[in-house]
Amino acid sequence: MSVDQKTVRRIAHLARIAVQEQDVPHLQGELNAILSFVEQLNEVNVEGVEPMTSVTPMTMKKRQDGVTDGDSAEKVLRNAPAREDDFFVVPKVIE
Amino acid sequence: MTELTHLTIAEARDGLKSKTFSATELAKAHIGAIEKARALNAYVLETPEKALAMAKASDERIAKGEAGALEGIPLGIKDLFCTNGVESTAGSKILKGFKPPYESTVTQNLWNDGAVMLGKLNMDEFAMGSSNETSAFGPVVSPWRRVGSNVSAGSSGSIEGTHLVPGGSSGGSAAAVAARLCLGATATDTGGSIRQPAAFTGTVGIKPTYGRCSRWGTVAFASSLDQAGPITRTVRDAAIMLRSMSGADPKDTTCADLPVPDFEAAMSRGVKGMKIGIPKEYRVDGMSPEIEKLWQQGTEWLRAAGAEIVEVSLPHTKYALPAYYIVAPAEASSNLARYDGVRYGIRENGKDISDMYEKTRAAGFGREVKRRVMIGTYVLSAGYYDAYYVRAQKIRTLIKRDFEEVYAQGIHAILTPATPSAAFGIGEKGSGDPVEMYLNDIFTVTVNMAGLPGIAVPAGLDAQGLPLGLQLIGRAFDEETLFAAGQVIEDAAGRIELPGAWWAGA
Repeated sequence: MSVDQKTVRRIAHLARIAVQEQDVPHLQGELNAILSFVEQLNEVNVEGVEPMTSVTPMTMKKRQDGVTDGDSAEKVLRNAPAREDDFFVVPKVIE
Repeated sequence: MTELTHLTIAEARDGLKSKTFSATELAKAHIGAIEKARALNAYVLETPEKALAMAKASDERIAKGEAGALEGIPLGIKDLFCTNGVESTAGSKILKGFKPPYESTVTQNLWNDGAVMLGKLNMDEFAMGSSNETSAFGPVVSPWRRVGSNVSAGSSGSIEGTHLVPGGSSGGSAAAVAARLCLGATATDTGGSIRQPAAFTGTVGIKPTYGRCSRWGTVAFASSLDQAGPITRTVRDAAIMLRSMSGADPKDTTCADLPVPDFEAAMSRGVKGMKIGIPKEYRVDGMSPEIEKLWQQGTEWLRAAGAEIVEVSLPHTKYALPAYYIVAPAEASSNLARYDGVRYGIRENGKDISDMYEKTRAAGFGREVKRRVMIGTYVLSAGYYDAYYVRAQKIRTLIKRDFEEVYAQGIHAILTPATPSAAFGIGEKGSGDPVEMYLNDIFTVTVNMAGLPGIAVPAGLDAQGLPLGLQLIGRAFDEETLFAAGQVIEDAAGRIELPGAWWAGA
């Protein structure tokens, strides 16, 4: 499979990465190089094989449903590019 | 007395214990060496004040007889590990200025044992790369030079000539250890990022079993593959450091609730009576005769030490790298969704929130990261998920099954080359086709796909005078065998003589 330029633009938007029009052909070439490299996986017979979900078999650890951390708004917000009081500030979301 | 920066961790531990020198003297020697080595670009952030404060505290604990396992040992920390109040960027512009208000479990474990932090080490952006060339801080210069090369310390504080890469993604870690800018360094390995740079720089690197080290507080690349481990100058030092880094952690549900063995004690076991597997599928087309010879030599060393050598088959080996380039980007595209200009790092303003996200990520991510996030987004998108992602995960099951079948035959460990070649020059690979760079991980990536431990040990030099490494792959949670067999290789090969500080004249 290979991607066309329209698909490159669609993927970039899905990935939320702005792409300049002049970069599209180059990106298309790079993505297609990777897709053609992974093409060889089609020759493997995977019938009846379970997809891997956990690389080391282990039961998921569980803990008490209790508060272990929190009340640290200052720490959470310390690195924010824009804030007001205890809130992150973002551009208007709803028109 | 040997220069303090030339000591191994084990020697420094002894010297501190016998009070031959203090932790402060040891830290100062390294701070001085780092200042003279800025042209290598191994450190992206030096923390000398922190190092001296930690060393002072170590000296006080040593005086009181309360020394920890790594008391006073100066280490470099890969910039992927979050360090409390100290900028942590994962080698990316998008995390510029980010000072975590918490400490990663792995680094906290090291500090709990008394280790001293010298600074943060350069790396490929978000650990995506095999040459340290994708770092937002620029490439790292390898302390190694080819015989007769024109690379030298320039007059303006920079390096002249076409230098070699230290490998990646833990390029800063490997270069710093090889250039004696720390006694050991933390590193991480998603497809080979500990073992490949270790092999390129004549150092020892171990990626432990998935779940041996906590991933909490380490910036995530591909969560089902990422593992932390040390890069050091000897097998013994790797054993010492890994023991401190490892251990159960309630903050990471994939971190194993298993006791950490005394890896150092396991080193003297030797390989007598062990079965070492030689996988025939690793004899790839076009393998260089030097790598072939090195592998043969390693086999003979292990046989001479009493191991039984058995040819084994891992039939799905050739599919590991392509499957990795579906699984790893898929997980990366999901993990890196968090960099959106809202909670940390940089922000580029836009006309609405979506525009802000897109501009922030376009400005903050480098080319390789964008490429992988886009591939990951594509293979997870509607209509392609089964054809790519599910198929790759099925192949991952087959890769793991290959190893299980070999170990079920009584094989204790598997010997392979660590890399298909010695270090290459900056700009030499991957500029046209990204896959050319990816092929560096051909011998290491299977280990991540199967969650197994793997160690790279220096085993010799090539015709150009550059180090080459061998890799040993073990059973899950049996790093002890790797340290035992790794020590046999180190003893037989002799310790590689690291380059002198030619860069210090810059």
